[in-house]
Amino acid sequence: MTSTQPGTRAAELVLGGGLFSTFAEFVEELRAAGVPVSTTEVLDATEALRHLPLEDRQALKLGLAASLVKEEGHWRTFEMLFELFFSLQGRGSGDLSALAAGELTAGDGEGMSARELAELAYQALMDGDPELMAALARGAVDRFAGMEPGRPVGESYYVFKTLRQLEADALLARLLGAAQEVGGLEGMNLAQDYRARYERMRDEVEAEVRRRLVADRGAKVVARALRRPLPEDVDFMHLGKEELATLQRTVQPLARKLAVHLARKRRHRDEGRLDFRATMRRSLSFGGAPADPRFKAPHRSKPELWVLADISGSVAAFARFTLQLVYALSSQFSRTRAWAFIDGIDEVTDLLKGADDISEAVRSINTQADVIWAEGHSDYGHALADFAQRWGRELTSRTTVLVLGDARNNYHSVQPWAMAEIALRSRHVWWLNPEPRAYWDTGDSVLAQYGAHCSGVSECRNLRQLRHFIEQLP
Amino acid sequence: MTTTGSSGARWENPKAVNEALGGVGYLADEGIAAVVFLADRLGKPVLVEGPAGTGKTQLAKSVAEMTGSRLIRLQCYEGLDESKALYEWNYKKQLLRIQAEQVTQEGETWQELEEDIFSEPFLMPRPLLEAIRSTDPVVLLIDEVDRVEVETEALLLEVLSDYQVSVPEMGTVKAAQIPLVFLTSNNTRELSEALKRRCLFLHLDYPTVEREREIVLTKVPDIEESLADQVVRTVKLIRALELKKAPSVSETLDWARTLVLLGVAHLDTATAKSTLNVLLKYRSDIERAAKELVAAEG
Repeated sequence: MTSTQPGTRAAELVLGGGLFSTFAEFVEELRAAGVPVSTTEVLDATEALRHLPLEDRQALKLGLAASLVKEEGHWRTFEMLFELFFSLQGRGSGDLSALAAGELTAGDGEGMSARELAELAYQALMDGDPELMAALARGAVDRFAGMEPGRPVGESYYVFKTLRQLEADALLARLLGAAQEVGGLEGMNLAQDYRARYERMRDEVEAEVRRRLVADRGAKVVARALRRPLPEDVDFMHLGKEELATLQRTVQPLARKLAVHLARKRRHRDEGRLDFRATMRRSLSFGGAPADPRFKAPHRSKPELWVLADISGSVAAFARFTLQLVYALSSQFSRTRAWAFIDGIDEVTDLLKGADDISEAVRSINTQADVIWAEGHSDYGHALADFAQRWGRELTSRTTVLVLGDARNNYHSVQPWAMAEIALRSRHVWWLNPEPRAYWDTGDSVLAQYGAHCSGVSECRNLRQLRHFIEQLP
Repeated sequence: MTTTGSSGARWENPKAVNEALGGVGYLADEGIAAVVFLADRLGKPVLVEGPAGTGKTQLAKSVAEMTGSRLIRLQCYEGLDESKALYEWNYKKQLLRIQAEQVTQEGETWQELEEDIFSEPFLMPRPLLEAIRSTDPVVLLIDEVDRVEVETEALLLEVLSDYQVSVPEMGTVKAAQIPLVFLTSNNTRELSEALKRRCLFLHLDYPTVEREREIVLTKVPDIEESLADQVVRTVKLIRALELKKAPSVSETLDWARTLVLLGVAHLDTATAKSTLNVLLKYRSDIERAAKELVAAEG
């Protein structure tokens, strides 16, 4: 791609000191975005830089990632910053677009109308030719984004503008329509391919816009503008639709961790009692000395997990997350039972087990679960009392109860005895609250009255806190 | 940190690693190649994480094969302890030695005896010590490291950062050469920061369509290219569903082999549906996928 020789280019970077100052800025941005990067890891990455072929950007990116990013969820942040600092920066701003323009003009003439460009994009997506797609994306940005140096406009505006002019939505619809016509398994496969290619073209447009922004304002400024919280720091209450969808992927492993944690059969300290007979028998091989004491296998209890989830409107976004967690849990951990409540409470275990995916589960809970008793505003007192009366007797010392909710009771009767009874009959009761700690017990929140009976109450506003909660479970 | 031994510089660049891995039948991607390359150059262990059946363990095996090293494997499980991971004193032999002492009644002081029974011949090396002491090249595979408790994880730290093992009675055993170390994790537990810090991190996800197609074509030689293409694309479609257990690469291969055996030239919905049980292992998953396939028929 570049006109200079790989070797000289690398030397240029190192000799100019440019690489290391860029690297330092890059690490600074990574940390500012919340990715934990220790000094050891920075040293490793520096060492890696010396060994990796600098002209091979892909290897450089993956190698740096291996030493700096130790969690899958941080990869996107890393990748974006890497592109800003190492791929987009420093590339002669003219050469690529000139190349792209050259490619475009060579075959199709300069004066293409917007319609012709869109048609070309359709063809490129149909054939899945990556180079043409990339060139097109660049051409489209060049033409439609209307980027002017120095204008303080964000990246998403330009991306949106470009895609709209390219009539990207219509393009995708046309592609999917074509796939539908093929039908059957092949049609489904084609639809999948088209979607992936479309995403890819979108990414190309985004990259091109970013490249130009970097050329205009420098990587640091752009990075700061694009900074987003890491997936684990996004507040459940402020989740967007897309974020909710991606959340599912992150919740699944967490649910499994929780399940594994609960299912851990035995820890070191509860070794069984001495097995006298077996010890005597073993001692025969040591001339009667009990050199190898034997122990009875400890009794293994099978833990159960019961989850009570508030699904009222005040915690709507959290409720959606809650149901995702419960759904993931019930697929991981067979001894999970789940209840949903607003002012009434209903068991939803079977609804969750019967659902094919989370959206169906949410739908069936919203339509079939009998969670409204009087008016449809949260009433923890009534819900918990009802729960204690109807299911309390099935609680055993092996049951762990997890309550998810904000304990905002709408000034109804609190009935703390219900919680006390649940706590008494079960092994542990943990309460996870999606509200910031500062708001607890203000207004109609009655958390303290229930919390007094729980083994622990934790703030759970994002995945980081949920993970922390799981880690600290005894 | 990594000054001892003869680590490093086995390969020119990541591409060479990729080719070498290909030579032993492991189709790597750029990420895998870059990380293995760095592990060799920096002398650092690699923590491989990802869903089951993406070739984590196979990677270590293939690296061993291509470097002509011996593979030493430590399978982790809950309750794994020092005596199973590092070393153990052979107390039966020690006991015999002491009893023999009583019989022969030779004038040996207790100190001499103690030195004797806590020496090399009475030591039973377990995988970690064995890998450290080995003079021929080894690849150490610490499999499913997320299964051990956090406390046990600490056992690994000395080995992984300094490539040495301390045996209180004997002193410190330093590595003769730095082995390539792979740790695999299924991510059932958060690993400690200390462990992650010491390792290079590699997330192995399901392969891309292109790579999986290559894998199928290599491992199922009789398959038509068009069928291989259909198989991997359909598998990708199925993996996108919410399943208890998404199909692994080896299950893709099983499916491809089954289809070849059945003489299928073109995969259609009916064939796919009737052979789903090769690909998926849970009843609910099979039903779910079948439903999806039927929906395609409209």
